[in-house]
Amino acid sequence: MRSRYSIEIMAGLFLLLGVIALMFLASTATDLGSKLGKEHYSLSMRFLNVGELKSRAPVTIGGVTIGAVRKIKLDPVTFEALVIMDINSKFDQIPTDTSAAILTTGILGDKYVGLEPGGALEVLSDGDEITITQSAIGIEQLIAKYLFSVDNKG
Amino acid sequence: MSKTNSNMDAITKPLATLGRSVLFFGQILAAFRPDAKMFRAILAQVYFIGARSLVIIMVCGFFVGMVLTLQSYVELSKFGATDSVGVVLALSLFRELGPVLTALLFSGRAGTSIAAEIGLMKATEQLSAMELMAIDPVKRVVVPRFIAGVISLPLLSMLFTLLALAGGATYAINIMGVDSGIFWGNMVSNVGFQSDFMMSFWKSLAFGIIASFIAVFSGYFTTPTGDGIGRATTQTVVVSAVVVLIVDFLITVLMTWT
Repeated sequence: MRSRYSIEIMAGLFLLLGVIALMFLASTATDLGSKLGKEHYSLSMRFLNVGELKSRAPVTIGGVTIGAVRKIKLDPVTFEALVIMDINSKFDQIPTDTSAAILTTGILGDKYVGLEPGGALEVLSDGDEITITQSAIGIEQLIAKYLFSVDNKG
Repeated sequence: MSKTNSNMDAITKPLATLGRSVLFFGQILAAFRPDAKMFRAILAQVYFIGARSLVIIMVCGFFVGMVLTLQSYVELSKFGATDSVGVVLALSLFRELGPVLTALLFSGRAGTSIAAEIGLMKATEQLSAMELMAIDPVKRVVVPRFIAGVISLPLLSMLFTLLALAGGATYAINIMGVDSGIFWGNMVSNVGFQSDFMMSFWKSLAFGIIASFIAVFSGYFTTPTGDGIGRATTQTVVVSAVVVLIVDFLITVLMTWT
């Protein structure tokens, strides 16, 4: 009887361990963890060209991630790309004259949004738009410009 | 005449096996009664099938994670993309290696022992004895092992993935010097809960049903001799591996299209 009881304890322990592993993996190794439990607000901005910016790309100030891009869509009237991003509610003191640029990690790395805080006293709140933006600079455009200018000189 | 007969056999025998497996699957489902007695039997089998496979699953997972990290690190460093090593590791583990390798290890470790145990019960006429005592051997012997296997495999697969990630993280962070924040941060932003984690879960559940069913099936319908039991255990591993890999492809096609 005693051995049968200990078998059940071991089986229960195994089940518990498995379920813990399941929860742990779901919350730490996938994007579920970053969605749960954290309050955020959304900001939008318009770019002429977003390059290869994708949703879930990080949004940073001074290199530190403060949020992520939620959605990228095209404004059907002005034909500008509308980028909507989620910012962690901890960072709710971003000035209204903040500028945004689409930057690249390294030369060929992923695109991300870099914010440069301004000096205004009013702060951005949920649903506001960042108006000062700088579009993505594609490396292929840079190369084309360079080749063109060399051609002109020669 | 005998030649035509053997030719016919080559077609009818696999068909008969397929038909018998479908009927047997129905028989298992029909015999499943979630009462207290069944619950205790399943729990005991979860111990024999699941808990006692823990060590092999965890050790294998840890080393698979380390070797995967080492291999991908070497190639990624040629492109200066070593920051992505965690993403490569997590995606390949969640989508493919976790469920598939666990299923293969499971059929080798637990599937064979289920097949041999049921086969031996049949060879020593314990199953016939149960029938004489009006005990349904499918309900008493087959169902608890099958259900325990279906419960155990997804959990073992999660533990395999967890240990592989731990092994990979240990190697990448402590030996290769990848920054731990970048390693986990890139992983979190690139591994989707719906697309990758749930794919891992559904796959391991499907493999649990396949591997457990093939084990109980080859045990239950074995030729009741020593030779027959030997063939049943071999058949368990071989058939499980083939079916798991084929189904893996089908599930991947299905889930990436929709």
